[in-house]
Amino acid sequence: MTALHSSPASDMQVRHRAFAAGRPKAPPHLSNALIGCGFVVPFVIAFSIFVLAPTAIVVVMSFTDWKLGEATVSFAGLANYEQLVSDRVPRISATNTILYALMVTPISVMLGLWLAVLVESSRLGRAFFRSACFLPVVSTTVAMAIVWEFLLHPTLGPVNSALLLAGLPAQRFLSDAALVLPTLAGIAIWENAGYTMVLFMAGLKSISSELYDAAAVDGADRPWERFWTVTLPLLGPTLVFVVIIMLLRSFRVFETVAALTGGGPRRASEVLLFTIYQEGFLFFQVGYASAITVVFVLFLLVLTLVSYRLMDRSVHYQ
Amino acid sequence: MTQAINSTATKTQAKRGPQRFAAGRLIILSLAAGILLLPYIYMLGFSLKPADEIFAGGLSPIPEQFAGLSNYIGALDQEPLLRYLLNGVIVCAGILFFQLIFAVPCAYALAKFRFPGRGAMLGLVLFGLLIPIQATSLPIFIGLAQTGLTDSYTALIVPFISSVFAVFLFYQFFRTIPDELLDAARIDGCSEVSIMVRIVLPLTIPAATAFGIFSVVSHWNDLFWPLIVLRSPELSTPPLGILAFRSEEAGDSYGELMAGTVIITAPLVVAFLAAQRRFIEGISLGALKG
Repeated sequence: MTALHSSPASDMQVRHRAFAAGRPKAPPHLSNALIGCGFVVPFVIAFSIFVLAPTAIVVVMSFTDWKLGEATVSFAGLANYEQLVSDRVPRISATNTILYALMVTPISVMLGLWLAVLVESSRLGRAFFRSACFLPVVSTTVAMAIVWEFLLHPTLGPVNSALLLAGLPAQRFLSDAALVLPTLAGIAIWENAGYTMVLFMAGLKSISSELYDAAAVDGADRPWERFWTVTLPLLGPTLVFVVIIMLLRSFRVFETVAALTGGGPRRASEVLLFTIYQEGFLFFQVGYASAITVVFVLFLLVLTLVSYRLMDRSVHYQ
Repeated sequence: MTQAINSTATKTQAKRGPQRFAAGRLIILSLAAGILLLPYIYMLGFSLKPADEIFAGGLSPIPEQFAGLSNYIGALDQEPLLRYLLNGVIVCAGILFFQLIFAVPCAYALAKFRFPGRGAMLGLVLFGLLIPIQATSLPIFIGLAQTGLTDSYTALIVPFISSVFAVFLFYQFFRTIPDELLDAARIDGCSEVSIMVRIVLPLTIPAATAFGIFSVVSHWNDLFWPLIVLRSPELSTPPLGILAFRSEEAGDSYGELMAGTVIITAPLVVAFLAAQRRFIEGISLGALKG
């Protein structure tokens, strides 16, 4: 799979286009067509049962008043969606999710880019630094969240010990309504910096060293100048790609909230997936939870489609 | 002549530039990597500390008295952590097995055969890529509940067996295998099934490895779905298990809890350290899915 080594952004463009245009050349004879169908049918059946049908059902359920355990179900029209707009919880939850994404995305992207440029230009210990930064990505999020909970412990945690040592007041990071969301964002940034770094490193590899030589001839030979004149402009498509990936990832935040805060204190860390989880799987408000799900998925969908558009357009700059 | 001299002058300058920054860069990188690794240092350090040392607070992660043995034995004694790891292995292996069994033949047929409905299938695959598990989890849960299948390995595995992403990746991969290779085998009298098993599958191993790593890492770490379908503690996957351990611990013994997190994190971290490039490849591949 040679494509793996090129930049993920351009990879995606190539795949995207090939996918749209693809047609095998030689039409094999009829028995081959039958075999072809035989190969495809099992997947289609599984796909229909576990993706297509549930997707359709969730949309239908969002227009009913179904609560699990109640015998009667009736059509409720747009009632769930009206409740969604007027209720306090979904609004808080949506606001928190967006705020969280706006904290996590820019910082992880900038940190990742910074690390990628540093690691890529360092001749010594490149593999070590890359792996060290990537370690949080492969570590089980819930387990590391528990480690963070301990590190941030109000009295025993080393973070507060350090604050006290520096003459600052200790903080209740996870139970202070003003601090909880930034704290969860901080954990996510710690986890994702290595991820964005790796995506950027793939993009950096595709920049020819001749361009740096040319920039040097033009007088741009300090790292900062090289970065602004060569690296950043050529990394454009990768940058767009990474920003969108990070937005999608951070909109789907669930693990740390479920493990550390349960949406608290006073809903200060309530996020969309956690609301869906509570309404659907704890309170069994199936109709209502379906409506929130539909809105959530539509939102992700729009973001993904916009990203495809942007990426198709950015092909021309390369 | 002067031009030539000038250009060599700039060149040597340009070369000296990066060297000037190399040492500083190394120091900054070591600091950054150190900060990212700090939680691991504390996790390991505190898993070796006795309780009284932890309750004294303080900054140092290094234990003065070694209590590692009792912490790790205590953690394993209190909570069936190894059972959780085994559950993780069973569930991830099951998911990956079915994903490959369903997706590989489908992707192969899409890439190499022409048959009615092929175009529609490709469209379906692109559509499926846009649907996250969270969209389908409510109906699947209700379906499992009505058939009495929740709280089982089946419930943990079955929603993930039809991976559109796998079809997408393998489809792209199979398109790179030249038709001439397959035609040559056909002329030699190979059946389509034996072409697939003897020629195509061996070529698929690198792609399958990358996808496998992506799949295993994401399902090993998933909390959302196990939290929904599981009731019995003995079926817990690693994330759910460590969460249960934390609640039972209730702040009595952080040393044992940290030992527990080490045990739960270790398998993937060790696997990653053993095959770093493949892991990075596989996981960044997952970015294509969004």
